[in-house]
Amino acid sequence: MLSRILFTRLLSTAVTLMGVAVIVFVIIRVVPGNPIAMMLPPGATDADIERLKAFYGFDKSILEQFIVWLANVLQGDFGNSISLRQPVSSLVLGRLPATLELSIFALLMAVLIGGGLALIGTRSRGTATEAAIDVTNGMALSIPDFLWGLFFILMFGVLLPIFHISGRISPSLNLDFSTNFYLVESLLRLRFDIFMDLIGHMFMPALALAIPLAAIIAQLLKQSLKESMNLDYVTLARTKGYSEYQVIIKEALPNAVLPTLTLVGVQFTFLIGGTVIIERLFSYEGLGNMAIDAVINRDLPLIQGIVILFAALFTVINLVVDMMYVVLNPKLRHA
Amino acid sequence: MLCSIQSYAMRDTRSEIRPKLGIRLWLCGGWLFCLVLGALFAPWISPQDPLAQDLFAARLPPFWVAGSEPGFWLGTDSLGRDVLSRMLHGARLALIVAFIAGTLTCLIGSTLGIFAGYYQGWADRVISRFIDIWMAFPPVLFAILLIAVIGTGMTSIIIAIIIIDWTRFTRVVRAETMSQSVMDYIASAQVAGRGKFSTMVSEILPNLLPTIVVLLSLEMGIAVIVEAILSFVNLSISTDSPTWGGMIAEGRISIHQAWWVLVFPLIALFLTVLSFSQFGEGLKDRFDPVLR
Repeated sequence: MLSRILFTRLLSTAVTLMGVAVIVFVIIRVVPGNPIAMMLPPGATDADIERLKAFYGFDKSILEQFIVWLANVLQGDFGNSISLRQPVSSLVLGRLPATLELSIFALLMAVLIGGGLALIGTRSRGTATEAAIDVTNGMALSIPDFLWGLFFILMFGVLLPIFHISGRISPSLNLDFSTNFYLVESLLRLRFDIFMDLIGHMFMPALALAIPLAAIIAQLLKQSLKESMNLDYVTLARTKGYSEYQVIIKEALPNAVLPTLTLVGVQFTFLIGGTVIIERLFSYEGLGNMAIDAVINRDLPLIQGIVILFAALFTVINLVVDMMYVVLNPKLRHA
Repeated sequence: MLCSIQSYAMRDTRSEIRPKLGIRLWLCGGWLFCLVLGALFAPWISPQDPLAQDLFAARLPPFWVAGSEPGFWLGTDSLGRDVLSRMLHGARLALIVAFIAGTLTCLIGSTLGIFAGYYQGWADRVISRFIDIWMAFPPVLFAILLIAVIGTGMTSIIIAIIIIDWTRFTRVVRAETMSQSVMDYIASAQVAGRGKFSTMVSEILPNLLPTIVVLLSLEMGIAVIVEAILSFVNLSISTDSPTWGGMIAEGRISIHQAWWVLVFPLIALFLTVLSFSQFGEGLKDRFDPVLR
């Protein structure tokens, strides 16, 4: 049963990714500004133009171009970046760790803040504290990450300059990293000074990304927790003399967490989507920042590579969440 | 402390939040109304020409800070352009995009959603497949990419928003239609001899309207943000027209010298987005037949 669910999901993931590839290709091929014209030095001859077109494959028919491009993509070859003159795959994979570290750090923050608020809200249900949490949630939900980011830049970059608001690492601190997972690597090499510097840079952008998700987690988890607080087994635990927090965490939480988990999966992809503008805002050297530069420079192969990578990441996350849901939910497991 | 007794009863908190919603509706509606007035009459009420540069009046602070000049209420930017006048003119683009892009996205997305949800079958399969594909795109990157392809300008921003956001309506309206279609009143309508299409329009649609209104109001706020983000990365309209996003980008650079260039457009953006989203919620509670 599990393997059949997995198979159908894998198939639909493949179809989705194929659709993404087609749409990206179509959008980019209708680009009016001819990218070749922008690359040529003044005084280039027609022969030069033809050579360059042939080099990038722009002289073939659209269908041929797509098939060649798709065959290459499937082998991990996304072509060469026009503006940076390097293979797209290495450029994109070089930036991916920065974005992943930022997104996962933000996800952790969202889970901690949202989970904490849900627990406090359930503990103090029916009091002014819960009402305050609800109002804060409502506000946090209607303000997008872009505005939170700007707000933090003002508050903690200018008024109370305690966090860095620009870049990923202080230029003076340069450990010769052997991977691009700076945060993980600095921790493994026990360079806590660098680790703290990285966190200091990451904190504000990650918080901006985390707040809307934290609000959603708080809202949904609190609702499921409150529903399970009236169930018999919770009452039983209470009569055994557990404290209210013990009851919530040990008894109610394991049963209430499943709907939130599914939602967090989908919302995590939205969070990653938010890194595009947040990285730009905080000059954080990740994929999103590179993507905006690529669009401004009309660097088609690079844009294609980045969008495909994002789409692959999103569909894989959704797949993993679906599978986790199946594995964790006994009703579906034995269905 | 009425709420303390009632919030134990799950979800059933109508009676005590009703008065609060009234205030919220008035506050949000009030801000949006002022903004519309400000945008409409921007050319007449702006104290200065929003494009006029004056390097001798560069980075003047707002009126309550020492060193300000009369006539430049909210200060000037690094080229000496008046912040208040630029904000008023920037509100025009923000609101036009909000209303037009929001409404069109709503019409297209909801139509697809109700058809997919009610007729199901192959139409639903195709639409759902497209939604799946759309969900795999990071929206901001998608928007920037579209603008880069179709060119800058107000029409392009509106088209980009429609292309990106139709799924927001389609997903919700489709699900809502599906849950309405199995209800008894639909069966009765069919028994009473109503056609399928007529049932959809006159029976299901009215029940979807509260949801659609909330989504529409939310979408207008989202459109304002998308416009601001596009202007922020300098991909919206020509560079010298004032936009909130453009002002924010400029304020981000000169943040240590002139905080007001960032702060005032940011406050305007913040209030506008918040108002659109809360206004929709407030309207829903006013018009929801169950709550009423």
